[in-house]
Amino acid sequence: MSHHSLTPRQYLILALVAVSAPLGDSCLKRGMAALPPITLAHPGALIAAVFTPWIAFGIALLIGFFASYLTALSWADLTFVLPATAFGYVIIALLSRFWLSETVSLERWAGIVLITLGVGFVARGPSLTQQPAADPEETREPEVETR
Amino acid sequence: MTISLPAAPLPQNINPWVATAMIAAVVLTSTTGEVLTAAAMKSIGDLDVIRSRSGLKGAVRAVLTCPLFSAGVFFLALAFFSLLFALNHLNLSFVGPASASLTLVTNAIAGKIFLKENVDRRRWAAALLVCVGVYLLAH
Repeated sequence: MSHHSLTPRQYLILALVAVSAPLGDSCLKRGMAALPPITLAHPGALIAAVFTPWIAFGIALLIGFFASYLTALSWADLTFVLPATAFGYVIIALLSRFWLSETVSLERWAGIVLITLGVGFVARGPSLTQQPAADPEETREPEVETR
Repeated sequence: MTISLPAAPLPQNINPWVATAMIAAVVLTSTTGEVLTAAAMKSIGDLDVIRSRSGLKGAVRAVLTCPLFSAGVFFLALAFFSLLFALNHLNLSFVGPASASLTLVTNAIAGKIFLKENVDRRRWAAALLVCVGVYLLAH
């Protein structure tokens, strides 16, 4: 397996994957917490919730997450993308500590250290398995042009 | 450093085997969805290259017309609904970290078997470290 290095743009997409999912979830949580309880008797309230600013922003972030996640999977292995993007959990924990001044327990600091170590491990290795039968960089995408 | 386990991770009226089955359903459907989606994206090719040649519409069309991608999204939707079902019966502080961290390990196994990815010692170590880290952080 040769070392398949990433371009700055690809690192940017991995960072987007890492950050947009937890940020999107946080926006949804904040938006839903601001609304009165929604029951199945009034399903229309759920539709209306989609158009409130925090929830709409959260949905936009999650759409951005899925698009950048799919892009990352098109040029990197699943077993590279998943651990590498877990760094988003660390970013959110650090933001909550230093921006929102929340207390981070010893368990969570241990989690931050372990994730950072894991991301360091995987990021120092190749991002893509080169299959011996076909070079992925040379054999794809021509059929798309004909559509 | 002392790490304390939650006093009652499961609601009292839940059989531990049923709870395990619920978590297993989330982990299995999620792993199947992730692997199918990853296989779809590998079969389509580098989306950045496709977009530069065929535009955003071409890239979106390439993804949406791939049958593997549809199958992947189907299983990811199943994973979402099995997560909602599990949350209806179990505590979020148990379901969230357990399913998120276990999925990292099952994805490493499935990636090696089905996607033929080279999961070397470095990637195993990363998957296990992140698995434990996510559990501790999300807990």
